[in-house]
Amino acid sequence: MGMKLLIGLDGHGSGERAMAHAQMLAKLIGDCELIAAYVIEWSPYSFQTQEENAQRHKRREEEISTAKSRIIDPAVKKLQDAGFTASGVVRHGDVAETLNALAEEQGADQIIVGRSSEGGFTRRIFGSATSNLVMSASVPVTVVV
Amino acid sequence: MKNLSKILLAQAAAVGLSAPALAQEAMTIDQRVNATFATVTGPFVNFIFAPFPGTAFPWIVLWLVVAASVFTVYFGLVQFRFFGHAIALVKGDYSDPKDAGEVSHFQALATALSGTVGLGNIAGVAVAVGIGGPGATFWMILAGLMGMASKFTECTLGVKYRNEYDDGTVSGGPMYYMSKGFKELGLPGGKILAVMFSVFCILGALGGGNMFQANQAHAQIAGIVGDYPGWITGLIFAAVVFAVIVGGIKSIARVTEKVVPFMGILYVGAALVILLVNYDKIGWAFGQIFAGAFTGLGVAGGLVGALIQGFKRAAFSNEAGVGSAAIAHSAVRTNEPITEGFVSLLEPLIDTVVICTMTALVITISGQLIVNPETGQFVLNEAGSAIKTIGDTSGVALTSAAFGSSISWFPYVLALAVVLFAFSTMISWSYYGLKAWTYLFGEGKTTELVFKVIFCIFIVIGAAASLGPVIDFSDAAIFSMAVVNIFALYFLMKLVRKELNSYSARLASGEIRKFKT
Repeated sequence: MGMKLLIGLDGHGSGERAMAHAQMLAKLIGDCELIAAYVIEWSPYSFQTQEENAQRHKRREEEISTAKSRIIDPAVKKLQDAGFTASGVVRHGDVAETLNALAEEQGADQIIVGRSSEGGFTRRIFGSATSNLVMSASVPVTVVV
Repeated sequence: MKNLSKILLAQAAAVGLSAPALAQEAMTIDQRVNATFATVTGPFVNFIFAPFPGTAFPWIVLWLVVAASVFTVYFGLVQFRFFGHAIALVKGDYSDPKDAGEVSHFQALATALSGTVGLGNIAGVAVAVGIGGPGATFWMILAGLMGMASKFTECTLGVKYRNEYDDGTVSGGPMYYMSKGFKELGLPGGKILAVMFSVFCILGALGGGNMFQANQAHAQIAGIVGDYPGWITGLIFAAVVFAVIVGGIKSIARVTEKVVPFMGILYVGAALVILLVNYDKIGWAFGQIFAGAFTGLGVAGGLVGALIQGFKRAAFSNEAGVGSAAIAHSAVRTNEPITEGFVSLLEPLIDTVVICTMTALVITISGQLIVNPETGQFVLNEAGSAIKTIGDTSGVALTSAAFGSSISWFPYVLALAVVLFAFSTMISWSYYGLKAWTYLFGEGKTTELVFKVIFCIFIVIGAAASLGPVIDFSDAAIFSMAVVNIFALYFLMKLVRKELNSYSARLASGEIRKFKT
């Protein structure tokens, strides 16, 4: 059994670059399993109105199905078409924490992400999801530029 | 006809309206609204607050206290035994990461709290302390601690018996556990109780959840910019609420939902600062609270007056046993309904035991309540109905003066807080009222719109009426919800105990485990 690689997608160009890099690695390693992951940014500590709470389950289902159909399913298909063993997963949470948790849960040997595109004010205050992941991950992380 | 007007006058006088005001030929819009309102609601208010024959003790207060005590004993002090577990649940220790994205325990708690934390904590406590003296605080804290068990009971049932629709949305609350729970137990009458509760819930939403809020918000704004007719504030508020609940302008609601928690923290922070600055008086204030609780210190109604005010304001503030929280919590999707019960028991603690006590301590320490230096007893006002205060303030104005005596600019922050609290409470209660309304008249866009429009009209009435009749009606409407709700809870509590026994057994065996370590 070879390696398991977890690819963090963001629906943008950086995710595409992460995909490309992961495929290249997988070819070099040989027997490799690829997992495409998309994290929907969500905090259990945000404040919501009564009505938002009542509709939350419906919204969550919608968010997951959109993420699956727009990002994960095409990515998984692309990987499978290229001859790889591939699966996909969508989850809500903090991007860095959740990718790391998924890597542990799936027994991935490495996380591959694109350098995130957020910048300016947000990054200065909170740091980027990528740098948070690099600092907190429990498996090696490859950041694709 | 003559008789009728005599009765009307008598009722108006009974709810604190002066008869000459009615006799005046030219009345302002505010006065006319007030007079009509007091007359219409009088009999209902008198029934709910009727005292036991021969005493001054309203039966409704005993009803709430007995219920809270029964639940506390029946569930073996659940509020203390599972307190730590409740905190762990809110922290997300027991949340499966796979369920992330659903309403979290924290969110359910925060949303329910933003409906209850508000004027009850600021104005209500001032009313209680103003009439019942500092001693009312003791009874308020006691009522808050026992109310945790009532809240636990109703919220567990609220989640267990909610309706889930095909589109994934949920509707829950006492009306659903009444009809479904009674059916499950093979008891008759669940449906009738549910209808009664829904009617009272609509009245409560229009009263305490609407008019009282509009009224006090107006008092705050008028206190800063100078007096002007209440219906103007009412119209502005009604327009904004209309924009949110009918127009679906979520951004306003979202901003409020985010600002309100910080206002709450700011309020408690300011109270703590005042207490720290006056740390030498804290011991004395607690002394006043304990002494007042058992002697009354010469307040209107003595010991019983303090006790009634304490219990009344606690129930009005934390809504334990009222059933509104059961509606708020039912949005959480969980395999264990009882976990919502545990989380909800934190509400009376935060709302009453922490925030209300802060207000009461600040008022007591501020010296706004006038004490006769010779006897050490409080001086009553001319009517003998409340303690005389500096500048004859009551309600929010008393709290404002108390905070202002230490932090001169704080009344402005408080005014903003009151307006925002009032607004968020209105939004929450418009949802509770709506759920009761759709339970009665069915889900649908038109029926919903009718309720929402009525709700907005009552904002204008509430802002225009004077505090006395509004506060009486608000209390009466909310307590009448508790009458029906608690009656049903007595029958349904064994279902909750079954859940509690099963859950605690699985918690002890390790079947229910933490996801976070």
